[in-house]
Amino acid sequence: MRRRNGNRRTELVLLAAVCAAVLAVAYGLGIFLPAEALEGNFLQAGQPPSLEHFFGTDSLGRDLFWRTLKGLSVSMAVGIAASLVSAGVAVLAGLAAASGSKIADAAVGWLTDLVMSVPHTVLVLLISFALGRGLLGLLAGIAATHWCSLARLVRGEVLKLRACHYVALSRRLGKSGGWILIHHLLPHLLPQLLVGMVLTFPHAILHEASISFLGYGLPPEQPAIGIILSESLRYLSAGMWWPALLPGAALVLLVLLADKLGSCLERLLDPASAQE
Amino acid sequence: MGQAAEALLEIRNLSVSFHRYGNGFAQEELKAISDLSLTVRRGEVVAVAGASGSGKSVLASAVLGILPGNAAVEGQLLYRGEALTPGRQRALRGREIALVPQSVSFLDPLMRVGVQADGSRRPRQTERRRQIFRRLGLPEETEKLYPFQLSGGMARRVLVSTALLADAQLIIADEPTPGMGLGQALEALRMFREMADEGRGVVLITHDIDLAVEFADRVAVFYAGTTVETAPAADFQRGEDALRHPYSKALWRALPQNGFQPVAGHQPYAGSLPVGCLFAPRCPCRTEECERKTPPVRQVRGGEVRCFYGA
Amino acid sequence: MALEARNVFFRYGKRGPWVLEHVSLSVERGERLAILAPSGYGKTTLALLLAGYRQPDRGQILLEGKPLPKKGFCPVQLIWQHPEEAVNPRWRMGKVLEESGKPDGKLLQALGIEPAWLERFPRELSGGELQRFCVARALGSGADYLICDEISTMLDGITQAQIWKVVLEEVSQRGMGMIAVTHNRHLAGRIADRILDMERDPESHGRT
Repeated sequence: MRRRNGNRRTELVLLAAVCAAVLAVAYGLGIFLPAEALEGNFLQAGQPPSLEHFFGTDSLGRDLFWRTLKGLSVSMAVGIAASLVSAGVAVLAGLAAASGSKIADAAVGWLTDLVMSVPHTVLVLLISFALGRGLLGLLAGIAATHWCSLARLVRGEVLKLRACHYVALSRRLGKSGGWILIHHLLPHLLPQLLVGMVLTFPHAILHEASISFLGYGLPPEQPAIGIILSESLRYLSAGMWWPALLPGAALVLLVLLADKLGSCLERLLDPASAQE
Repeated sequence: MGQAAEALLEIRNLSVSFHRYGNGFAQEELKAISDLSLTVRRGEVVAVAGASGSGKSVLASAVLGILPGNAAVEGQLLYRGEALTPGRQRALRGREIALVPQSVSFLDPLMRVGVQADGSRRPRQTERRRQIFRRLGLPEETEKLYPFQLSGGMARRVLVSTALLADAQLIIADEPTPGMGLGQALEALRMFREMADEGRGVVLITHDIDLAVEFADRVAVFYAGTTVETAPAADFQRGEDALRHPYSKALWRALPQNGFQPVAGHQPYAGSLPVGCLFAPRCPCRTEECERKTPPVRQVRGGEVRCFYGA
Repeated sequence: MALEARNVFFRYGKRGPWVLEHVSLSVERGERLAILAPSGYGKTTLALLLAGYRQPDRGQILLEGKPLPKKGFCPVQLIWQHPEEAVNPRWRMGKVLEESGKPDGKLLQALGIEPAWLERFPRELSGGELQRFCVARALGSGADYLICDEISTMLDGITQAQIWKVVLEEVSQRGMGMIAVTHNRHLAGRIADRILDMERDPESHGRT
């Protein structure tokens, strides 16, 4: 119960901003990377990390640092797309479930349970494989599996809000369903949705990497983290530790940053913890 | 109840403020309790009466040491003459100091209420609990029910029974009666009265001044986070002239049975309390002094009043 | 010209115990009725039915001989017991008031609502202050009937008297009908010209 100095909210906002900035820089670097940075040079194949090549080079002489950055930005693009689509699906499912129609609610509930009962990786793998691997299959697979928990959240929130006295009162004052949705429901839902999306993002990235690692995701010529890691395994026994360790660590760092960003936003936007 | 009875709880100049964020990065300091003093002796029921949102529940949380993390506490809390440190609060609460909480959500939803009321006491006092349940009008089957199967009024009575069962010396009841029928409310209050008569101390936090007056020995009138007057309950029955503080008098006049005449204005907002006396902006007999200085607590006719002029 | 409950039955769920049975009452415009009962008598449920928040299982709620409108503005407005739950916590109080139309400056003044409060959020006001806004919102909606469900129970005596003074003035000035639900006999005597005692009157009553 000591008096706390300093502004907790400022700290959280700064932390969130730093996380977001690091993620944005990594993404930007990967996107605008000149093509020659990714080209191989057989003279420099298999070099350990040095000042010239931070993460060393792989067996084809490609610089692993740049390749990792490029891979991360591809992963992030997949992650962003997947979490956007998931959020969209989640909102539709949540709203349908909360619309008041018992059939829609039961259908959405059943579908959610069904999707959640199958391990994500297996389902992503199947969908991705069925759609002919590649970026499209991967996106479809991840989007189709990551909407469930967010949909449940949206449904629960909408049901809770609809039972609120002030929403019932608004209806008795003659406000239409659309008006209530925009003025009463959305201001409550948007922050939760934002947090949900940011927290879905690292999930999606990890799944993208694991599916690509297994060879069912992005094609091998694409510099993706999963591809880099699966290639690195072949040389691990030859004592080349850096192609596995450093890109892997970069992936973990990325996921942790995104997760931190999500939990910062959550604490800022959730009224229950916003005062602490 | 003689003055010689041991003081169970002494609150000296207690202030509690909450640190809160406004919009963006703005912060503000909400003073929920300012400079409050109150003593509860053995054998006494002291009612703390005030409007909702006036900080009464904060008082209960402060005594038990269960304030949220953004609260800052100043002043002194003493239990049986010794300072009530956070460690002591942890050790005493639920044992010597019991809370009858305001919210029914304090019950464990996964536990049958009988077991829950028994608590961790050994040996189990099943007979005594059944007796208390019966007196509170809870049928015997109640002990086998889960909290969600209780009506609001029943759940409240279960909460009251937990405090009655705990062999607590000091009971803090935070709005224990809403949701009960009048008969049940009176029975619950009668049990609090009895507990006091057996030598315990009871703090009855309530917004219902009528009920408070009927069962308490003393009534502390709570306004904007502090007690403006602590008076023998009988004074409220005797009427306006027996009271000491202009707010208590105004409150008495505003009751439907006494005149239903309000004074203008409203309780000040905890984020911007006036400088001097907290009631000064609405007081019919304020002077310049009231607007500059916080009046001290004075002893007047067997009661305490926080006013320069109250007599 | 009346708001009527005709032999109303109500229960929560399809198998629950009846909360209201055989309830009949009628209030004309310009008339003030107090329903007196201790808690647990289904008073709040009755208030919800009268304001059209819920439909009776049997019997009818009629306004001027017709059922209450299911959609659109309801000329019977309810003021809830807990104002904290009746306002959107994310709205400024100004917006809360405007939900029922343009606020009337004189009414706000009479209720003791300070202009600065319009900029505040609900959590920055006490229950008594919030209830003033809820009263202003209900009166500002242009309702013909007002249902007051224990609106001053959680407030201090002075705020109670202040709010009722304004409500009674407005109700009589506009010739509105009013039903006030309360457990306080003294208060009922002050605010109503007719008292319906649910506990004593066997003709129309609810049950626990």
